[in-house]
Amino acid sequence: MSTDVAVRVEDKLFYNRYQVDPGRAHIKVRPHTTPSPQLKALLKACPARCYELNDSGQVEITVDGCIECGTCRVIGEASGDIEWSYPRGGYGVLFKFG
Amino acid sequence: MIEERFDAIVVGAGMAGNAAALTMAQRGMKVLQLERGEYSGSKNVQGAILYADMLEKLIPDFREEAPLERHLVEQRFWMLDDKSHVGLHYKSDDFNEEKPNRYTIIRAQFDKWFSSKVKEAGAIVLCETTVTELAQDAYGKVIGVRTDRRDGEIHADVVVLAEGVNGLLGTRAGLRERPKPENVALAVKEMHFLPRETIEARFNLKGDEGAVIEAAGTISRGMTGMGFIYSNKECISLGIGCLVSDFQKTGETPYGLLENFKKHPSVAPLIEGSEVKEYSAHLIPEGGYNAIPELCGDGWVVVGDAAQLNNAIHREGSNLAMTSGRIAAEAIFQVKSRRDPMTKQNLALYKKMLEESFVIKDLKKYKDMPALLHNQSQNFFLTYPQLVSKAMQNFVRVDGTPKKEKESSTLRSFVSARSWTGLFGDAFRFARAWR
Ligand SMILES: Cc1cc2nc3c(=O)[nH]c(=O)nc-3n(C[C@H](O)[C@H](O)[C@H](O)COP(=O)(O)OP(=O)(O)OC[C@H]3O[C@@H](n4cnc5c(N)ncnc54)[C@H](O)[C@@H]3O)c2cc1C
Ligand code: SF4
Repeated sequence: MSTDVAVRVEDKLFYNRYQVDPGRAHIKVRPHTTPSPQLKALLKACPARCYELNDSGQVEITVDGCIECGTCRVIGEASGDIEWSYPRGGYGVLFKFG
Repeated sequence: MIEERFDAIVVGAGMAGNAAALTMAQRGMKVLQLERGEYSGSKNVQGAILYADMLEKLIPDFREEAPLERHLVEQRFWMLDDKSHVGLHYKSDDFNEEKPNRYTIIRAQFDKWFSSKVKEAGAIVLCETTVTELAQDAYGKVIGVRTDRRDGEIHADVVVLAEGVNGLLGTRAGLRERPKPENVALAVKEMHFLPRETIEARFNLKGDEGAVIEAAGTISRGMTGMGFIYSNKECISLGIGCLVSDFQKTGETPYGLLENFKKHPSVAPLIEGSEVKEYSAHLIPEGGYNAIPELCGDGWVVVGDAAQLNNAIHREGSNLAMTSGRIAAEAIFQVKSRRDPMTKQNLALYKKMLEESFVIKDLKKYKDMPALLHNQSQNFFLTYPQLVSKAMQNFVRVDGTPKKEKESSTLRSFVSARSWTGLFGDAFRFARAWR
């Protein structure tokens, strides 16, 4: 049961600095027809809301806002639902404070 | 390919990696340190409380130049229900000492400074370099690393894995398992900027004094978790974290919890009017003693969060990271000085020295706590905070009800929520896990 207030995560990510590595996604979702429970959990658990459901009901990832926490790896790598790496050196999120 | 061979390669320039690289470089070893961030600290997130003692052992005069925020004179613990907090506050002028014991820091800035000390000591520090794999020989001995920068391998006698909580390389090489959802917490954090005077007025501080608040209760909605509010010079660090397994189970969102925490009537006035400048997230190892993996093997040791060395009960991690990094480096130096090979058997000296330090002793003390809090999270983080708030309100509200009736009504609410056996059981289990 979720009692969430509407939160715009995009606004939060807007505070951050990123060095995007175009065309090199460091996380990939395994192609599927119906999402597994793990993939569904990622829709809510990812703190940057990188995972989203597309119109035909599959889970997709956009890594641009990723803050590299590793939560999705802990939930979804063992089952093979996702492949997870760090971005290339120097790319990704650049924390000013951390 | 880097042709030269190093005495040691350190993966990661966080608290553990910097401590290890510094210690080995100070002893004249040839050290290469690799960090994936733009600079040391650009990927790192912490509350952040720095414990002086462990840093002093590495850099005795750090107070003269390290970027420190405030020295802590006050610790507050809050138990929250939706509208109230019951607090235990400890503030003492004793903490205004010549060499204060705890400081708040900002990790990105602190790590950058720490890294400059590592370089001064003579280590080669390569940033913007992600290590992709450990290089192993036919027998499984770790002989170096591969990176995304150059083709080929870089070789060293020993690799110090200071890669943080995710510990990707160790998992990939089969040295340890990936962290389990019930053994790591996901924390989200924001940096709220306010004028210095405003922070000092709101927290009742003077000069560089600082205060920190740890908060638990209904803010985690029955999940095992905690919030924190730390005062820095010109900003407030505010965040909340809960076990990943609980997020997975409940479908709560981390940013939803954060927003609710910020709106709590005890919290909102502290950050009112602030400008948020960053939103970050990071995992925290919470599995404790029972989650510690193998600490060394042929050609490698693992230190800090990557080895799950984190005391979640006391919110200590950076000090365990620094200490394990230093001890590993000292053990490696001893093995090297004897001209012995970096085998698992010889590197077990690190394990032995760590067991004799506070790091393993403290984690052992609380070994049953993670499981207890996890299994009883509804009671400890939802039911009890609500009951305690009700009891306090009953105690302070003056409405003509005789005190005797008030007391028995408070008692009844505890017993009906948890039953006598439940109450005694929880108290007993908690006391035993604390012992
Ligand atoms: C929200 C929060 C609050 C906390 N509060 C406190 C506190 O108040 N006090 C306290 O003592 N502790 C606290 N901790 C815990 C503390 O932050 C950690 O225990 C500590 O940072 C661990 O240090 P480490 O060096 O092991 O890992 P990290 O500091 O995470 O460093 C790991 C480094 O390795 C690098 N790296 C990882 N993989 C690779 C790779 N493949 N190639 C190259 N580089 C790599 C990373 O970029 C990073 O720089 C907190 C943690 C969090 C998340
Ligand atoms: S690493 Fe963290 S922020 Fe990035 S996609 Fe995974 S859960 Fe989201």
